[in-house]
Amino acid sequence: MEKFAALAGTACPINQSNLNTDQILPARFLKWTRAMGFGKVLFHDLRFDSEGEEKPDFPLNRSAWRNATIVVSGRNFGCGSSREAAVYALYDFGVRCVIAPSFGDIFAGNAVQNGLLTAAITEQDAAEMMALLAQTPDLAVTVDLERETIVCGQRTYTFAIEPVRRMRLLNGWDDLALTESYRERIGAFKADDRSRRPWAVPPQVI
Amino acid sequence: MSQPQTIVDKLWSAHEIVRRDDRESLLWVDRHYVHEGSFHAFGKLAERRAAVAEPGQTFGVADHYVPTRGSRRNIANPGLARMVRQLEENCARHGIKLFGLDDTRQGIVHVVGPEQGLTLPGLLIVCGDSHTSSHGALGAYAFGIGASEVAHVLMTQTIWQKKPKRMRVDVDGVLAPGISAKDIVLAIIASIGADGATGCAVEFAGSAIRALSMEGRLTLCNMSIEAGGRCGMVAPDAVTFAYLKDRPYAPTGAAFEQALEPWSRLASDEGAAFDREVALEAAAIAPIVTWGTSPQDALPINASAPDPARESNPERAQYVREALDYMGIAAGKKLTDITIDRVFIGSCTNARIEDLRAAAAVLAGRASKVPGLVSPGSTLVKHQAEGEGLDRIFREAGLEWAESGCSMCVGINGDLVRPGERCASTTNRNFRGRQGPGARTHLMSPAMVGAAAVTGHLADVRELLGNRRV
Repeated sequence: MEKFAALAGTACPINQSNLNTDQILPARFLKWTRAMGFGKVLFHDLRFDSEGEEKPDFPLNRSAWRNATIVVSGRNFGCGSSREAAVYALYDFGVRCVIAPSFGDIFAGNAVQNGLLTAAITEQDAAEMMALLAQTPDLAVTVDLERETIVCGQRTYTFAIEPVRRMRLLNGWDDLALTESYRERIGAFKADDRSRRPWAVPPQVI
Repeated sequence: MSQPQTIVDKLWSAHEIVRRDDRESLLWVDRHYVHEGSFHAFGKLAERRAAVAEPGQTFGVADHYVPTRGSRRNIANPGLARMVRQLEENCARHGIKLFGLDDTRQGIVHVVGPEQGLTLPGLLIVCGDSHTSSHGALGAYAFGIGASEVAHVLMTQTIWQKKPKRMRVDVDGVLAPGISAKDIVLAIIASIGADGATGCAVEFAGSAIRALSMEGRLTLCNMSIEAGGRCGMVAPDAVTFAYLKDRPYAPTGAAFEQALEPWSRLASDEGAAFDREVALEAAAIAPIVTWGTSPQDALPINASAPDPARESNPERAQYVREALDYMGIAAGKKLTDITIDRVFIGSCTNARIEDLRAAAAVLAGRASKVPGLVSPGSTLVKHQAEGEGLDRIFREAGLEWAESGCSMCVGINGDLVRPGERCASTTNRNFRGRQGPGARTHLMSPAMVGAAAVTGHLADVRELLGNRRV
């Protein structure tokens, strides 16, 4: 996984709460492999009409935000289905940070596994940031994960992220390397658990 | 005397291998269920040439992409055939037991796990599907994970988690006739919101929950994710133990008797502290339907759709306007005046035998005014329903009786609601486009879907019951 580097770019406001993973990546694209490029189907049914034409009203289709590397949205972003391809779609489009008041638990977990930062700010700050961006779409936005700050034009916001997630993003660590360092503890747990909870081991059934 | 513990605390500590200073814990996984959608994770294993750590604790089920109509041995659609074949190959390669299309135990993973006795009290269960929360109905700690975590569990049989907050939802009293677990859970979500339980493990408690069958509890826990919950659970009790006895993968004989003791100790201790508590009165719950595009947009059937003009909060007004616009519903319209185009009875939420019986009880001797599809939760449920003559009731009402799979809940097997069509559905998500691009979904209980089918509009099942019992 790539390390989360200093991020500076344009930020696209999508002023909706409960933007679920079905909206981020509709289910019919879940058969795709990563190589097929999920970025082009990010927010597909919000971004394109039934003829495949761009919907001009959708923020990501506006000229200032076509290359946005940051998305700002309402609370409970990424709720719903556990599909990790929702994160692939954002990342492959070029998005490296989603800023919102809160996130779906599974989505936030998937994000950190793929180098996508989920930055939690207050509802008030999110509303203000989206209003600022609506006014000045090409406002320069920078995200500093070390300091947990976002600079949006003249304003500076602080955001929250679990310390362990911050550490993983900054170092580009994945879980497996960490888990490997506990191999002996896992083995010992398993041996002890087999005698402690014999009923937990499933029988062989044909 | 040790501090009183919640069921969440007990399950957590029983699985904790390592707790780090940064509050992350490495947990042992007892059961890992995989399905066709797990192919990304198997791909990650192949890249690393890694083996599955515990194939004996990993089980595959073909459900998301399986056709429910036409041949299942020779799947006509090459895309679907590939998805099912990939799962078969990955399970065979890694020595994972698969409930595939040639197995009468095939079905939706969240129906099959409990049905086979694979899901047990006290287990930690994961699956790359958000509705894994269902399995908590038996007193398991069960939650959905993404593809990277699926790969991690395949390779290590462990998962990193931060301990969630503990939330208890108490539902006391007696449900009125015609009211089911689906109405309870929709009422809860409407009350606390689609993120009301985010970051929480939710225990459902109270006399109305204790009175639910295992099927009802599975419906309840299934939809805890729709309130944002990490997982949902019900303390195991006599209902749980009776359900599990003689299930193929459950302990048998003396082993079963021995397991009852630790299972019985899982219930939250008297006086255990929760981070958040919510209470609902069972008797006050009416049949609930959704009107909008989030499960929290739920109202009693005798209510009217909201009117953005009456909303004081401009953001809320905007949301209501857009949701009603997508749903094609006039502001303030009486819910019972909303006509439907189609019904769907199925999904991991509501396709167990009790659900089919409830819908059939309303439909018996009546005709559906709209077309519809009934997809049982598992092939065994299908056979049981056929043994009880339920398939005939559905067919005679004019509905299609199909094979088991995720089907029209998510539509990726080709069972789709057409653009603009309105579907009364026993499923779990009324998101935009969930049942197909442009599809409009109203969530409700199986009995309420039966009532909608019979009348052709959203309807109060209580007015159709007479002497019928649902």
